[in-house]
Amino acid sequence: MTGMVNRIAPIAVVVAAIMIIWYGFTVHLNAPWQIERYEKAGTEWQMSDLVRDTMAQGRPILPAPHQIVTEIWNTTVKKKITSKRSLIYHGSITLSSTLLGFAMGTILGIGLAVSIVENRAMDKSLMPWIITSQTIPILAIAPMIIVVLNAVGLSGLVPKALISTYLSFFPVVVGMVKGLRSPDPMLMDLMRTYKASRLQTFWKLRLPASVPFLFASMKVAIAISLVGAIVGELPTGAVAGLGARLLAGSYYGQTIQIWSALISAACMAALLVGVVGLISHFALRRMGLRT
Amino acid sequence: MTGFQRAIATLGGLAAAAALIIAILDPGGADMMLATGGLVLAAVGMRHHFGLNSGLNFGLMPQARIDLLASLGGMALLLSILDGDMPAASWALLVACWLFGWLAVEKAMAARHLSKALASVVSLAVPVFFGAWIIFVWEMMTIGLQIPTVLLPPPSMIAVRFAASTSILWADFQQTVIKAALSGYILGCGSAFIAAILIDRVPFLQRGLLPVGNFVSALPIIGIAPIMVMWFGFDWQSKAAVVVVMTFFPMLVNTLAGLQATQTMERDLLRTYASSYFQLLVKLRLPTAAPFIFNALKINSTLALIGAIVAEFFGTPIVGLGFRISTEVGRMNLDMAWAEIVVAALAGSLSYGLLSLLERQVTFWHPSNRRKSS
Repeated sequence: MTGMVNRIAPIAVVVAAIMIIWYGFTVHLNAPWQIERYEKAGTEWQMSDLVRDTMAQGRPILPAPHQIVTEIWNTTVKKKITSKRSLIYHGSITLSSTLLGFAMGTILGIGLAVSIVENRAMDKSLMPWIITSQTIPILAIAPMIIVVLNAVGLSGLVPKALISTYLSFFPVVVGMVKGLRSPDPMLMDLMRTYKASRLQTFWKLRLPASVPFLFASMKVAIAISLVGAIVGELPTGAVAGLGARLLAGSYYGQTIQIWSALISAACMAALLVGVVGLISHFALRRMGLRT
Repeated sequence: MTGFQRAIATLGGLAAAAALIIAILDPGGADMMLATGGLVLAAVGMRHHFGLNSGLNFGLMPQARIDLLASLGGMALLLSILDGDMPAASWALLVACWLFGWLAVEKAMAARHLSKALASVVSLAVPVFFGAWIIFVWEMMTIGLQIPTVLLPPPSMIAVRFAASTSILWADFQQTVIKAALSGYILGCGSAFIAAILIDRVPFLQRGLLPVGNFVSALPIIGIAPIMVMWFGFDWQSKAAVVVVMTFFPMLVNTLAGLQATQTMERDLLRTYASSYFQLLVKLRLPTAAPFIFNALKINSTLALIGAIVAEFFGTPIVGLGFRISTEVGRMNLDMAWAEIVVAALAGSLSYGLLSLLERQVTFWHPSNRRKSS
């Protein structure tokens, strides 16, 4: 019990501190515009009025946390899911391309990792290019990929998912290669004394040994596929998705809308990473590993 | 020769023979050259069936060398006849060349007793060869299959455009990489480093900030770009602000983790030497943290470029990599967009490479660097 308190108390304090600083900045950043309005209207104002009004502006420079929460509440629970203003509708579109991209990235990553571990020529020729591929800022090329694939006839889900795939296969490759090579020489020698074939060594030793590594990299991969999906939605002309909400909000100066899309994206990222973490916890426990 | 290599060689030989037969049966513009190429490559591929290789021993890696020469020769032949109307035989020859290239790499990898210099040349040449092949196939496909240049321009066209517009590229590079990404990178990494050292002195804050920092570094921070553009204006300052926020948390989390990586024994030893806090920090804890810090610096070098470029989609002056890519795509000048991508890729790879070099210099004592030299 004291362990729980010891762990949670510092986090709670840090989060509370962030909230207090946020409210402070809300008042500070929104005050000049509010004071200008008071002066134009010629009204007398107290400090308490200023604090109240800076937190209730329609288009604040920095919205207060409770404004964002209200906006999220209004656009999720109070709107129909089919409505174009519903965050659930936009979130589900982003989520579907995230998951598709993540699945493709994971499969591609595992396939590449297996071929790299099993074949030295593949290792030498592919590995440097896989690392180089990630130094290319793919998110910068995202609009072009979307436009070009659109011209070929691919539109909607697949182009966005491809960007997520490109981002998410990398952590999986790196983690899986490490994992498949993790069995120490003693165990490999043991397999050799059993006269295990290469395939048997792979299925019975290398693959089980790589599972913890796979889950660790899948956590990174799913977070980064969400980023890919959001950025992939920017150049489609703000049609649908959380990225489109961001872009539309920035066009029309709707700061509360931007922040609510941003916070929902953050919650989605936390949720996705949490789900992968949970699956990994149970899977590893079933395999007899302590986590 | 292993069974796998023999299979590749046979397949390559068959593909070359197919090229030969197609070139003879279906005469086109360059059928004589293709037929000769097919004949030579088929002979190379099938030579293990006839025991031809026994007399052709050149010493070091004789097998791999013949296959490599066959592959390169075929590539040169294909490049010389490359135009919009490629005869069918040339595609069979392309497959044969690819298989021989693969075979050469396989053999070079399997070769034992290489001298140290030769081994390092091979390990450098193999990825370069692979990269060259990708560009070669790209060139062949785009020109040979007449893919419209508004979809995918061939590499040669991108290279020409790159050479012709260096001044624009340089201006964009300065705006996005030097002004926005680099200044944000230095500010973000520097402030995170200082914050980490300060936080490290307070265990309570440390326990509170590590989980929060870990959480924040998994978030799609790129989404703050529109907010930053609203706050700091269209010029590079807003992009630098995005980069600062993006790079801050990975650096903070990694530095904190690195500062905790020392072992009690080592700390106790320094304490018996009566070392002060700063001596402990400079002589033990920062060097131990160096691999973690460099890891964060490498991650951040890519993040900084991404942040600076993506932030330009939300509003920008009329210069910059992200601005140019999105407008040139809109004007269907894909070759210019690709030239900008080359600039971004070069900037990303170079900074990553420089950081790796620096890391090897600074953390020469680390096991992952020691093993290579011995």
